[in-house]
Amino acid sequence: MSYQWDFSPVLTRWPLLLDGLLNTVKIAAIAIVFGVLVGLVLALLRLSPRRYLRLPAAAFVEFYRNTPPIVHFFWFFYALPVVLNISLDPLVAAVLALSTQSGAFYAEVFRGGIRSIERGQWEGAKALGMTHTQLMRRIVVPQAATRMIAPFVERSFELIKTTALASTLAYGELLYQAMMVNSETFRPLEVYTTVALLYLVLLVSCSALARVAEARLTAYR
Amino acid sequence: MDYAFDFALVVETFPILMRGFVVTLELWLPSLAIGLAAGLVLALARLSRSRLLRGGSLVYIELFRDTPVLIQLIWFYYAFPILIGVQLSPFTAALLGLALNSSAYGAEIFRGGIQSIARGQWEGAKALGMRRADVLRRIILPQVFKLMLPAFTNRAVEVAKMSSLASVLSVHELMYQGRLLSSTYYRPFEILTTVAVVYFVLIYPATFLSMTLERRMAGKG
Amino acid sequence: MPDPILPVSIPSVSPVPAAPPILQVSGLHKWFGPLHVLQGIDFSVAAGERVAIIGGSGSGKSTFLRCLNFMEMPTAGRIALDGTPLGRAVGKAAPGKPDEVRYPESELCRVRERVGMVFQQFNLFPHMTVLENAMEGLVTVKRMKKAEARERALRELDKVGLGGKTDVYPGRLSGGQQQRVAIARALAMEPEILLFDEPTSSLDPELVGEVLRVIRQLAEEGRTMLLVTHELGFAYHFATKVIFLADGVFHEVGTPDEVLKHPRQERTRAFLERFTEFSF
Repeated sequence: MSYQWDFSPVLTRWPLLLDGLLNTVKIAAIAIVFGVLVGLVLALLRLSPRRYLRLPAAAFVEFYRNTPPIVHFFWFFYALPVVLNISLDPLVAAVLALSTQSGAFYAEVFRGGIRSIERGQWEGAKALGMTHTQLMRRIVVPQAATRMIAPFVERSFELIKTTALASTLAYGELLYQAMMVNSETFRPLEVYTTVALLYLVLLVSCSALARVAEARLTAYR
Repeated sequence: MDYAFDFALVVETFPILMRGFVVTLELWLPSLAIGLAAGLVLALARLSRSRLLRGGSLVYIELFRDTPVLIQLIWFYYAFPILIGVQLSPFTAALLGLALNSSAYGAEIFRGGIQSIARGQWEGAKALGMRRADVLRRIILPQVFKLMLPAFTNRAVEVAKMSSLASVLSVHELMYQGRLLSSTYYRPFEILTTVAVVYFVLIYPATFLSMTLERRMAGKG
Repeated sequence: MPDPILPVSIPSVSPVPAAPPILQVSGLHKWFGPLHVLQGIDFSVAAGERVAIIGGSGSGKSTFLRCLNFMEMPTAGRIALDGTPLGRAVGKAAPGKPDEVRYPESELCRVRERVGMVFQQFNLFPHMTVLENAMEGLVTVKRMKKAEARERALRELDKVGLGGKTDVYPGRLSGGQQQRVAIARALAMEPEILLFDEPTSSLDPELVGEVLRVIRQLAEEGRTMLLVTHELGFAYHFATKVIFLADGVFHEVGTPDEVLKHPRQERTRAFLERFTEFSF
């Protein structure tokens, strides 16, 4: 193996990569916010006593959980605009794909958290005379929230990793910028290794942050 | 919406999609099998008494879990050949990436399973005079396989979804055929929706199996 | 050996003869799927009464108690509070079946505010301190000012002997302490009736006494209470009325002396014998 590693052509183009990293963070942040909103709505629908609300929400969730994200990216970018006769910006299409998909997963996180609260807690609150809204707000959701943190963080990690697919729509996130650098430098080994390490740093620091947050929020146990 | 769905086209192109479907299976099943087998070895390394093995396997697992799988596939196709001096076919690179990725996740499943087996099982077997390797093979692993079956099935779902990323390397699997057809006929809505449905039909049974297994085990426990 | 829990000083028969019933149950049935757990129960409780409900496991005694504050929804029958039937009959569910009764949430909440409950598993809120647990109903349901709620919660916690544990989370307390907090939480609401659903069944034997002592103290105050229990000795001294429930019906009802010492029904005798087998 006589390959001469040379990172300098890659490192001198750091502004391109930094730009990509920032775009990755941006798209992930937007998608998490919208994903949570989608997830909340879906979870509420799935917890509803009414079948005609529950079933479509369940179908939506199952469809997204059982199809690959890249299909969603292409579907939102190429297929949906044809039907609606509009054109979508890569960022918008990517956010739509990411937030609907992660919304389906977040919905399961929320629902699972609510359903994990023991019957005794519901009964204890009801026996005091609380209404459904009161017991949700004061007793169930606060406890469920702390149990949701770990699976929520896990899903958000998946979302951050999935943002790399936005490169297939030519959105300038980290992977796409790396491809640009590669086409200028012809140093794929250095470029893609660097980018992999950048993702690693991003995700490891996010996980450290999440752990601190979780420790704070679950202090009562 | 006055968009007319072109069913005839779906019927006409379906055989081509099915050719892609076969390649998807060829990617999916071997990479899952190799990945889980390698995962067991990695898990044993993670739990071994040697610090070197523990540290090495930890780094390996975290590298694969904390970077996007798309980067891994691209890295194995564009960067890895430079390192080893041998050009890889897109299929081989994709298979390699998917298998190694699954081995990292598989290792975590095995590790969790082995650690979840009560200490009493180890002690009971040791009290009979069994050696560590025998305890593992005869007592612990059979229980782990059963216990972790839902997690393995879940992994199968994830790998099936990931296999669609091989389209980025131009492996002629289902998603690739879908992308090709939708741009050839300029009917992305019909083709991509069909692709999504085919994936759903492929993946949903695995999800269903995993849910059923989980429910049955919860019922027993 | 004298049992320190067994009281000597509870006023014997406290209900005023003419006291109108607070809670009245008629024709109560409960089905769980194919299981007919309660098979037509008529019952009423007046101010100052203390009712002990005994019976084997699966006899329906807990279900009966839980129907009174609608933790379980009765399948048929009506429950009246102060003479006013709760819920609204909406016509026959099917020919031959009893009227279907719908209960608006506001009505259920009003009943539960006035009928407190103490559970076998305590059901304290683990994310709130002891004091917050006792204040929760006052602040959220009664919309009381924080300071006032605090004062009342502290008073009740003092009464159950936990005035010194107010800022602790329930997870840090023993089972007996947790159950006493649960009693204080229910008491703070100033309920007219208190329901105890096997309050000592999930406690270690050495912790049973501290909880029973608190319940005895409440009896001495003349509170209206219903107690489902396996502690027959305690029931004897505690109750003004004892009900033996078996197969979903009241098999025998009477004073503690009548039911526990001189049972008339063969079934009651057989049940009691199982408890006295090992007494010495």
